[in-house]
Amino acid sequence: MSFVGRSEAERRAMLDRIGAARFEDLWEAIPEAFRVSGSLPLPGPLAEYEIARRMEQLAGENADAGRYACFLGAGIYDHFVPAALRAIISRSEFATAYTPYQPEVSQGTLQAIFEYQSMIRELTGMEVANASMYDGATAAVEAAGLAAGAVGRRRVLVSAGVHPHVRGVLATYASAGNFAVEEIPLEGGRTSAAAVARRAGPDAEPVAALVWSQPNFEGIVEDGKGLTDAVHAAGGYSVAVADPVALTVLAPPGADGADVVVGEGQPLGVAMSYGGPLVGFFAIRKRDVRRLPGRLAGATVDLDGKRGFVLTLQTREQHIRRERATSNICTNQGLMALANTVHLALLGAQGMRDVGLQCLERAHYLADRLAAIPGVTLAHGGAPFFREFVLRLPAPAERFVQSALGSRILAGVPLARYDAARPNDLLVAVTEKRGKEEMDRYAETLARWTRAGRPAPEEAACPS
Amino acid sequence: MPELTLVPTLHEASVAGHRGPRLAPLDVPEQGAPRLLPGVRLRPGAPALPEISEPAVVRHFVNLSVMNHHIDRAIYPLGSCTMKYNPKLNDEIARIPGFAAIHPLQPEETVQGAMALIGELHEWIRAIMEMPGVTTQPAAGAQCELTAILMARAYHAERGDAREEVIVPDSAHGTNPSTVHQVGYRVVTVPSGPDGCVDMAALRAAVSRKTAAMMLTNPNTLGIFERNVGEMARLIHDAGALLYLDGANLNAMVGLASPGRMGFDFAHINLHKTFSTPHGGGGPGGGVLCVKDELEPYLPVPMLIREEERWRWSEDRPRSIGRVHSFYGNFGILVRALAYMRSLGASGIAEVSREAILNANYLKARLVEAYQPSHQGPCMHEFVLSANRQKARGARALDIAKRVLDFGMHAPTTYFPLIVDEALMVEPTETETKASLDAYADALLAIDLETRQDVARVKNSPTRTPVRRLDEARAARQPVLSWQDMGGADGSP
Repeated sequence: MSFVGRSEAERRAMLDRIGAARFEDLWEAIPEAFRVSGSLPLPGPLAEYEIARRMEQLAGENADAGRYACFLGAGIYDHFVPAALRAIISRSEFATAYTPYQPEVSQGTLQAIFEYQSMIRELTGMEVANASMYDGATAAVEAAGLAAGAVGRRRVLVSAGVHPHVRGVLATYASAGNFAVEEIPLEGGRTSAAAVARRAGPDAEPVAALVWSQPNFEGIVEDGKGLTDAVHAAGGYSVAVADPVALTVLAPPGADGADVVVGEGQPLGVAMSYGGPLVGFFAIRKRDVRRLPGRLAGATVDLDGKRGFVLTLQTREQHIRRERATSNICTNQGLMALANTVHLALLGAQGMRDVGLQCLERAHYLADRLAAIPGVTLAHGGAPFFREFVLRLPAPAERFVQSALGSRILAGVPLARYDAARPNDLLVAVTEKRGKEEMDRYAETLARWTRAGRPAPEEAACPS
Repeated sequence: MPELTLVPTLHEASVAGHRGPRLAPLDVPEQGAPRLLPGVRLRPGAPALPEISEPAVVRHFVNLSVMNHHIDRAIYPLGSCTMKYNPKLNDEIARIPGFAAIHPLQPEETVQGAMALIGELHEWIRAIMEMPGVTTQPAAGAQCELTAILMARAYHAERGDAREEVIVPDSAHGTNPSTVHQVGYRVVTVPSGPDGCVDMAALRAAVSRKTAAMMLTNPNTLGIFERNVGEMARLIHDAGALLYLDGANLNAMVGLASPGRMGFDFAHINLHKTFSTPHGGGGPGGGVLCVKDELEPYLPVPMLIREEERWRWSEDRPRSIGRVHSFYGNFGILVRALAYMRSLGASGIAEVSREAILNANYLKARLVEAYQPSHQGPCMHEFVLSANRQKARGARALDIAKRVLDFGMHAPTTYFPLIVDEALMVEPTETETKASLDAYADALLAIDLETRQDVARVKNSPTRTPVRRLDEARAARQPVLSWQDMGGADGSP
């Protein structure tokens, strides 16, 4: 297969015009020693249907959410994605354009970014949103960096309720030395404002920020106002990592007084796609707009006074500012931000509210059913949760996950993955797509497993 | 053809009570948020999002979309961006539920197909780059750079060697110095010589025991192959430092030359450039970071490994810099890139660069009669012109770029690299036909003629685009960054 349209006659004519005798004369500058000798040690070309067959075979080896009832969450959710959304983001006009460097021929992309910024602003309760980051984790990193710069301190407190992968990425970037991270453990599944106040108190090294999650990794709704007040009292920024679907039901962190609100946009119309491409949203207060990383669209007028949109305040960015830029980000996740925009437009005010409320209702229905099974409890008791909760099983969660596959259920994320001391805890998520029949099947599967498959206590104590 | 008019924002198009797609009714007993979330601060009602029917939303976005220039419409020779055709099959494959509807935290035995796909992509990349270590976790080229420089930091730290500087040529992309700064190193800029390549005497003077690494784009942003790269590698390595390849321009040498043989210790690939994944209006991209054996232990976790006939994600890598992405990178982009590689096969991959180089040289040959090239001699896959002569007649590079838009084509990259006055950076890519290149050359030559005969026409361009030149100064001076910021009832800023 080739995507080059060229006849021999054209090639000859082109070489003649160039004044080159041979094709090879054009890359004489590459020293012989660096050239690929002969052909690459790779297979030959395949026809479309051969590739499709091979790829479908690989895809068929995966248990997808079309065939299995997916109760996995932990940052990535199996939400409804309208067909109209897929049709729109598949259009060449959006998919095969690039960064809108020439606004006169990029008004489609630019206005969509502007609309995205507006809707993220509304969801987060903030004042300015940018055009997207790579994912929720890197958005959190940029937020920590922004806070450190704005406050002029390095010490960043991070709640253990922030997704462990987000904490991981924060730690990686912190190795560059622009900020230092310190973890605040959860108490009863929630971040304690008193603990924040203690750790950020007058005797401690002053803090740049507290990074907290709404809801947190274990599904629990945090006291955003209490946490924000605690870190503000210490002169630091309140940085929320929020779930955009939860923000249709919960008071947004902006209303809690947060200074930066970031998060993962995947739940807004982006396919799970094995965890990527994702999209991070990033919202701030106006006072920090010059510190904002990434692209930003703004409205203006053209020579005839007609409204139009441009990339603006670009002096923050690497292609202008080089080493003084607010971030090195260039290519972002534009098409996924467009998916968010289309999703919010299609579902609209009431549709998004319905999504949020259904997640809440369904998650509680399932949690109640499961916690009624003898030996099964909710790890955090009556702590308030949104669409996700931690189930404590009478035996290792990993085994239940394996067993549930037989009932075509993806049962959740075993927390042993992150904490070996919690072998029996399982993180379970419920979206608006999980019907009563699927949830009842889940409950029956778990009940059956606890009865039949439930190992003796001694065995459970030392998992093989 | 209908006239392209301004499209109202979603906010302006909203009508209270209109609804798009609906959910199935709740089939479990409803309890209500106040009862389920006692003591929690709730949003008082639905968020203030638009209320629009599905057909109206579709029309809105279709009407927006047709105002965009895109590669399926016409040539898009944005230098450094490699705007080539994106094969449709690849998008179709990425949408197969077995790829699109799988969760990153499923048990590994339920995603072996996805993991095998990533493994296969890594094999192809190893063969192309001749470098053994590969990660596809970074989301884009700039994140590869950051990952790499963090790895360089870890590498030197482990040797108890506190290095302070990273060398970056003055022709480098802005991401290079920005990355260096973000990782806490100092940028040392080396100038380019009259031949457009790194000035070797200046480089010798710049390299020291303080040097942590050098970042090199090859071919460089002038479209010139840095023929001294072997010597640069020796210089850098003799100082105990590392040499990084910014692979933005890999489309000039994929299948033709081997970065592994040039002495690079690490290198990135932009899958959205060389391997044809759609640019999406700004992203997503796909980043690949390739490293030599000595840097392999520092690669981000988790690492894909194969053990006893099955694929596994390994976190057990004590010297790793850690994670750089929420999960495993832009998987959907990896699917597309592998489908592209398999379409081309070994022979097709080698053809990419040869034809990209031919196209660039042909277009350059047609344009040099009117536009001054930055350098004489053959170019690689892109070239840089200066609009100096046109500027003398009153039309700057910006004006020429805007006038190109009137021809239904996209402008070159302008004012980059910084070392060329009035730069126009042109990268046609291999997927443009001769006819398309001729049309582009004809347009640019016509514009040059206009600068002699009717410069005002160039200065006043574009006139055939959905909007004319936009007031960027006003956008920055009075920022209107959301519809909440819009003052007037008519929605005007």
